Amino acid sequence: MSFIKPSFRHPSAPTNALGLTTQAYEGGISTLCAGCGHDSISASIMQAVWALNIPPHRVAKMSGIGCSSKSPNYFLNKAHGFNSVHGRMPSVTTGANVANRDLLYIGVSGDGDTASIGMGQFAHVIRRNLNMTYIVENNGCYGLTKGQDSATADEGHKSKKGKINPFESIDLVALALELGATFVARSFSGDKDQLVPLLQAAMSHKGFALLDVVSPCVTFNNHPGSTKSYDYTREHVQAGSVVDFVPMEQEITLDQIKGSTQEVALHNGDSVRLSKLNDNYDPTDRVNAIKVLHKHKSEDKLLTGLIYLEPESDNFHDILNLPETPLSQLRENTLCPGSAALSAINTGLK
Amino acid sequence: MSPISTPPLMNKKVNDFVVKFANVNGSGSASANSMFAKAIFRMGIPVSPRNIFPSNIQGAPTWYEVRICEQGYLGRRAGKVELMVSVNPQSMADDVNEVCEGGYFFYDNTYPLDFKLIRDDINYIGLPLTQIVNATFNDPRRRQLFKNIIYVGSLSYLIGIEFSALESIVADTFKAKPKLIEPNVSALQLGFDEAKKAFNEPLPIQLERRNKNDGKIMLEGNAACGLGAVYGGATVCAWYPITPSTSVAEGFEKYANKLRKDPETGKNNFAIIQAEDELSAIGMVIGSNWNGARSFTATSGPGVSLMQEFLGLAYFAEVPAVLIDVQRAGPSTGMPTRTQQSDLLISAYASHGDTKQVCLFPATPKECFELTADAFDIAERLQTPVIMLTDLDLGMNEHICDDLEWDDSREFDRGKVLSAEDLDNMDRFGRYLDIDGDGIPNRTIPGTHAEKGAFFTRGTSRDEYAIYTEKGEAYQRNMERLLVKWKTAPEYLPKPEITNRAASSSSSGNGIGVIHYGTSMAATHEALDQMSADGVAVNDLRVLAFPFSDEVKAFIDQHDQIFVVEQNRDAQMKTLLVNELEVAPRDLQSVLEFNGDPISATQIREGIENNLKTDSVVKSA
Repeated sequence: MSFIKPSFRHPSAPTNALGLTTQAYEGGISTLCAGCGHDSISASIMQAVWALNIPPHRVAKMSGIGCSSKSPNYFLNKAHGFNSVHGRMPSVTTGANVANRDLLYIGVSGDGDTASIGMGQFAHVIRRNLNMTYIVENNGCYGLTKGQDSATADEGHKSKKGKINPFESIDLVALALELGATFVARSFSGDKDQLVPLLQAAMSHKGFALLDVVSPCVTFNNHPGSTKSYDYTREHVQAGSVVDFVPMEQEITLDQIKGSTQEVALHNGDSVRLSKLNDNYDPTDRVNAIKVLHKHKSEDKLLTGLIYLEPESDNFHDILNLPETPLSQLRENTLCPGSAALSAINTGLK
Repeated sequence: MSPISTPPLMNKKVNDFVVKFANVNGSGSASANSMFAKAIFRMGIPVSPRNIFPSNIQGAPTWYEVRICEQGYLGRRAGKVELMVSVNPQSMADDVNEVCEGGYFFYDNTYPLDFKLIRDDINYIGLPLTQIVNATFNDPRRRQLFKNIIYVGSLSYLIGIEFSALESIVADTFKAKPKLIEPNVSALQLGFDEAKKAFNEPLPIQLERRNKNDGKIMLEGNAACGLGAVYGGATVCAWYPITPSTSVAEGFEKYANKLRKDPETGKNNFAIIQAEDELSAIGMVIGSNWNGARSFTATSGPGVSLMQEFLGLAYFAEVPAVLIDVQRAGPSTGMPTRTQQSDLLISAYASHGDTKQVCLFPATPKECFELTADAFDIAERLQTPVIMLTDLDLGMNEHICDDLEWDDSREFDRGKVLSAEDLDNMDRFGRYLDIDGDGIPNRTIPGTHAEKGAFFTRGTSRDEYAIYTEKGEAYQRNMERLLVKWKTAPEYLPKPEITNRAASSSSSGNGIGVIHYGTSMAATHEALDQMSADGVAVNDLRVLAFPFSDEVKAFIDQHDQIFVVEQNRDAQMKTLLVNELEVAPRDLQSVLEFNGDPISATQIREGIENNLKTDSVVKSA
């Protein structure tokens, strides 16, 4: 574990449209174990937010409890963060999001935080189609309490102590599809080329976006027999639809759309371009997505990439019929009806 | 049907009696009963109606007890009732026994009364209600609904409700559906005429017009809380259905729809979220408040139990939050449709670790309105949760109170929230740094400034600059600062209300003091006024907030004998007083009532008089 962060940066490091280098998107020094998948995800988040030209302070970093939930401390230190209580990140994010629709909400959770203690809130934040990016840093174990199996540990997986997991695992991607999530993707912390554009697409999606990222725990779950290790994941991963994120400003040339690709426009004008391994895979077909997901699972393959996207849907702000101005910015003159209205109410209560 | 011997005659009683209705729930009786109470209110007579209802939707017994009291005491009157209106055969045996000697049992005599229900010391007055409705209406639903209206019409004749008062209520109720006015007025008239035909003269219990309700309204506490939240600037209400708090969220929704829709865009300048459970509800409230929007939830005891962990987070991370706890009888599911004041301790010390939470105790709908609005200021000023404890009696019954008032010059107190400009003009922002000795640090709202003011809100220990630390000294400094803030709190909280009945210069000791809070107020004042009239002067102090202000300790010190009146088994307010003010437990005597009925003056008076030390008695002036 490093304890000093070098301040030197390449003098010609590229800047984004805001004139900022990725340095402006960095966080505190990580206290996670060296080689932890979570740190790679943090790096990808910084890259994605930088590439999307979002000012760091317009992001809210939300988390629950666990190794994953500590990680928002390690990126975007100009953004506010809220490390709440175990399994309850979705509710805090819901309240925050309803209060101020103008920020970008990045929720970072883990498999224990989501698939066990937080299962209820996970299900309900999906139902509400809250406009947020929900990242599960999925390592199949409870790292911070020293490696107990979590609910996403695969059946038959061998723990570091040699115990075989007898329970069926919970597949959060399959579950999110069933619950009506409007953006569902899976990735691997070791595949930044796939993860960064997926994150960009998720953050640009106007609705709930789940990103289930297999993120190996180097300390407690990276041994032979583990089904969430770097080696096992690399051997079993199958990128179903390789994603490329195309910002609105970027002109798409015919030349770029070649071979087996599909463009899916996002709500804000950006689009996701998919390079597909299989011509028949349409990521806007929920029923087929569920089928393909289960097929891969039965073949012991880990399907990654963008699995499902519903580009046009009413998110929670639309459902609540909220104004464009964030509720947090409304003042007395809008909020308080005053004494005249109260006197009319008194009259009605006589 | 007449009893064997003649029952004792009742002396004429004007504006001082209790009428109780025994109904079947789900039969539409609530609106008829409410019309009855409202008519008395419009006659200018103090009246306090109370629903006594089951945890059930249809078919179980439900009662509506209406106290009419010329003197204006609005607490429940214990004991038997002068008039029972029995419309539920299921509960008749019990209902007959609730009538006082010489009282009246009004019933539907379409069917013969079971002889076992005959008492020879009460009067039976029967009207063939079923027969009347069957002859008048064809539709079974109308028969049922109008049966209720008809008995109200009969009561108009029997006890002197002004018919015009009833008519005015029908007109107001069906303003939007004027077609329903005529049939309802006809049904009232039918009941009136049938009663007049059947009985030679009205009953000796009579209503007479007064003007005691000028400047007053009739409102449920829960609706008042909802309205208070609108006025207090709440924009997010996150809640989970639970009796008896559900109508707080409904009240907020009703008033927000009316008063908070943008007239041009039709957008809602508010959000109401029905959460998946109470944990989520309070989580949303904390998220909204953290992000700069005033937000609240309403729940009852079981919900407060579920919210404990989050309340600890909000206390420690110093996030404002407003929680309205409409208390019901616990523990566990307890008696979910009965009242109690038994969530005091779980609220005051909510969550694990060393925590103390600010609590408010309203006693009237007007205070529900005012204190809800105030709660948002207090929560933001102190950067901590504020738990307002009402109860089922206050929340779900209509109570008479003074007209609601609002000062248009009032501004929301957002507390020490820093703007981008403030941040530009300061060196280093310390989220948990006490800058001026009151224990309250500066706070920033996410998104305010591009470079400064961001920090990681967390439930783990950190230093003054919100940097994670496991250093014991830093942790302890922070916990001690929270205590400084706790000591600052009473400055921003409502002061206790003290009523002195004893003459100030007394030779016979320092007298008796009674401490009470919330809905024990009406019955306590009634009991003490009675005692005072009988020559024993007792002062009282009503607690409106926790932490206690200095006046509470001073009041205890000033009196020889202190009674604490509360509606729970374990003397929870006494425990708080002992714990926080270092009062000796033996110096506080409890008057406790916890059977689920609202406390009455009789019970309080007995509780005090049975334990009076003669040398502490001060004669009333």
